[in-house]
Amino acid sequence: MSNSFKETRNLTTSDGLSRRGFMIGTVGTGVAMAFVPMTLLGGSAEDVLNHEAFEPTLWYRIDPSGGISVKVTKAEMGQHIGTALARIVAEELEADWEDVSVDYVDTDPKYGLFLTGGSWSVWTSFDQLSRAGAAGRVALIEEGARLLGVAADQCIARRSQVVCGDRQIGYGDIVARGRFNQTYTDEQLASLSLKPAADRTLIGADTQALDIPEKTIGAATYGIDATYQGMVYAKPLLPPTRYGSVVESVDDSRAKSIAGYQQTLVLDDPSNSVPGWVLVIADSYHAAQRAARSVRVSWQAGPTAEVNEADLFARADELIDSGSGALFLDHADVDDVFASANNVVTARYTTSTALHFQLEPVNAIGLQREGKWELHTGAQWQSLSLPVYAKALGVPVEKILMRTHLLGGGLGRRLNGDYGVPALLAAQALNKPVKVVLSREDDSQFDSPRSPSVQRLSMAFDSDGGVVGMQHAASAGWPTAELAGFFLGTGTNGEKFDPFSINGADHWYEVGAHRVRAVMNDLAQQTFRPGWLRSVAPGWTNWASESFIDEAASVVGVDPLVLRQRMLTARGINAGSEPNAVGGAKRMANVLARVAEKAGWGKSLPEGEGMGIACTFGQERAAPTWTACVAEVAVDNESGEVTLNKLTLVVDAGSIVHPDGALAQCEGAALWGVSLALHEGTEFAAGQVQDTNLGGYRPLRMGDVPELEIEFVESVHHPMGLGEPATTVIAPAIGNAIYAATGARVRHLPIRPDAVKVALAARQKA
Amino acid sequence: MAVALNINGREVALDVPDDTPLLWAVRDELDLKGTKFGCGIGMCGACTVHINGVAQRSCITPVGSVAGAAITTIEGLNADGEHPLQQAWVAAQTPQCGYCQSGQIMQAASLLAQNSNPSDADIVDAMSGNLCRCMAYTRIKKAIKMAASADSLAVNVGPEAAHV
Repeated sequence: MSNSFKETRNLTTSDGLSRRGFMIGTVGTGVAMAFVPMTLLGGSAEDVLNHEAFEPTLWYRIDPSGGISVKVTKAEMGQHIGTALARIVAEELEADWEDVSVDYVDTDPKYGLFLTGGSWSVWTSFDQLSRAGAAGRVALIEEGARLLGVAADQCIARRSQVVCGDRQIGYGDIVARGRFNQTYTDEQLASLSLKPAADRTLIGADTQALDIPEKTIGAATYGIDATYQGMVYAKPLLPPTRYGSVVESVDDSRAKSIAGYQQTLVLDDPSNSVPGWVLVIADSYHAAQRAARSVRVSWQAGPTAEVNEADLFARADELIDSGSGALFLDHADVDDVFASANNVVTARYTTSTALHFQLEPVNAIGLQREGKWELHTGAQWQSLSLPVYAKALGVPVEKILMRTHLLGGGLGRRLNGDYGVPALLAAQALNKPVKVVLSREDDSQFDSPRSPSVQRLSMAFDSDGGVVGMQHAASAGWPTAELAGFFLGTGTNGEKFDPFSINGADHWYEVGAHRVRAVMNDLAQQTFRPGWLRSVAPGWTNWASESFIDEAASVVGVDPLVLRQRMLTARGINAGSEPNAVGGAKRMANVLARVAEKAGWGKSLPEGEGMGIACTFGQERAAPTWTACVAEVAVDNESGEVTLNKLTLVVDAGSIVHPDGALAQCEGAALWGVSLALHEGTEFAAGQVQDTNLGGYRPLRMGDVPELEIEFVESVHHPMGLGEPATTVIAPAIGNAIYAATGARVRHLPIRPDAVKVALAARQKA
Repeated sequence: MAVALNINGREVALDVPDDTPLLWAVRDELDLKGTKFGCGIGMCGACTVHINGVAQRSCITPVGSVAGAAITTIEGLNADGEHPLQQAWVAAQTPQCGYCQSGQIMQAASLLAQNSNPSDADIVDAMSGNLCRCMAYTRIKKAIKMAASADSLAVNVGPEAAHV
């Protein structure tokens, strides 16, 4: 676990945020502030920053008019991340917020890593951006003092001005008249003193998100809105299987009379991102759609053409039974503890396939310009996709540039950039710009869905009802194995595992002897491309473990909140550490206590209603966002229909940078959790997802929204992520509430009325 | 086969087949990109425009069926982008990714034009066909209520005021 996380953390900083120096130098008429490789620190900042050949990680610029442009490499997909990151810089820079703007940059090596996911953006950027801001402030004070003819230590900076008594000079004037040529080593940066939390004026203060106004007038430009001179449009025809289908014949004779139809193109993809794809090319998208209905393609289907959801579950069970997989955690005494236990409880949990269904179907423009290939699209992990595009095109990665647009939803779908490949291949084949747009049905069929999962859990108790051991095996398709092998961890048995298939099972409870096994479902891997879906593994692991702890509480006759509190001892490995997990499991115990108090845990409810409690630390143990939830449900005994009346959440994410944005993220994440718990889910049938549009796939609508109360714990600790944690706490809270209301235990997501009826019947038999 | 349309108060003639969805005519022929493509079957609401003042799904509306009708897109809702709903949308910090919001606002504008003081149930009824994948529903509802209670609502509803 910790190994995998170190790899993750290194990767997030592998663009060199670690072991880099910082430079502030006059560039053109402005001043640039950038992280640069250590090897360049010997040169003057002005020379280095004006030199074309090096690759600094540029963070912000100040121009002579005083405008401060913060460079953002993160995808803007609803989280208002540009606003949050700019606030962090501006806080330490002592910038007037009115002067600050955000620049979403194209992929250029000088900007470093492009990856938006894992709720990592604020967490991983906070320290570096704070220090970059502080270094800029120090430089501006020194230069401002020189221009004012006073000593720097007589000056302070505030609201984009350097002030000495009753004299002052604005940042714009300092930039216009001064010279900047400063260099900081990592150590010098680290020694800069940052503001105590109590002195912050921007972080933690309310503000409006910079990206919102244009989204209310139809002026925001998403990938699908981008155009390029001379481009043609393409609508794909998808093969019957994700992999291995081969085009046998194409008949476009009936399309030829359709106005605007140009041709049908069979793609040859060396990157194997879109094997068996056919593109219908036309002057407009509506013409391409019309023509696509008339083009007949015959495929030789790939080997997974008969795979159904039940086959995926059966294979997962078979693999779990065989004992295969990687041991993510394995205490030496597990077998002995279970053999000598007074009582062992076991359960099997499952989740169905779920789609991202981001509202903007994936799309991209591919083109060649000035000797470079360009892809214009919304993307979450450009740095991962660029080498894939290079392989597809057969050109060096340096020859490809990605231009950034807003994302009509990311939700993890656009971490995998496979949808960019057909646009580039078509542009290469046709020697002109091509815009590929997937229909909704195409988008669903081509999604990298959340894999169906099977999990087996067991818990051992001593004669006093104390928990002495826990085992958890989870089998699912592994997104990281397919797309980002360098992220895999190594288990204690030497086997590789995808942390994004098992994170969450390494919880903060003290359970005694603990074994966690991650099992890759190879049939899932062959049938589809498993995706990272908002919060990823805890979407299933936390569903199972937080439901199962309730089952255990019921077996030993203890209140589920009390059992959790007992196991949150914050001892040993659960004590937590600086900077991310200060306080450890104590903070989980705290949010649980607070949510119980807020929701009135234990109050009496009418017949058929119940309250359930659950908690989560988010996606990764190393980056905990302590989150607890109480759900209140009413269950109709006849129909099995579950009505969610209320959700109460308490979240401890350390310091909150942009409070209203944080709240919006938690609101959305919690409702996503409701949607995945009660409304969303599909199945594989004949090798494809069965529900490809809203007729069958039914995300939560306004009428399904419960009463929602969310509270943040006041904290000065390091800020953690907020995009995902509230998602995965919901389903187990609802399942536990159903149990409290009826005594019926549901163990499958989504929770459908029929399954509730089956659970009600099982309860009556028991 | 030119189709004559009145969009945002402007008369235009498009050389597209009659069965072309209004959505693509608006987006790709007229370059009004604020109206979005989500599902293509009229079930997500991202493509919502007004036809004679009433919210309709442009993705399933053939252009041939709306020749001569007054069509309003998000760009034409208010000349300055200051419809009370647009102001309320900013005040409530409603959009997340924002992709569905043109459709949400157009749907809500149609509701308020018919019912200036909707109850929670009225809002849910009117808005249930509009999917927000970021699930900003509580803020959508809040913004509609803010706009409904704003004194300015009656003042300026843009170029379509004439035919509401």
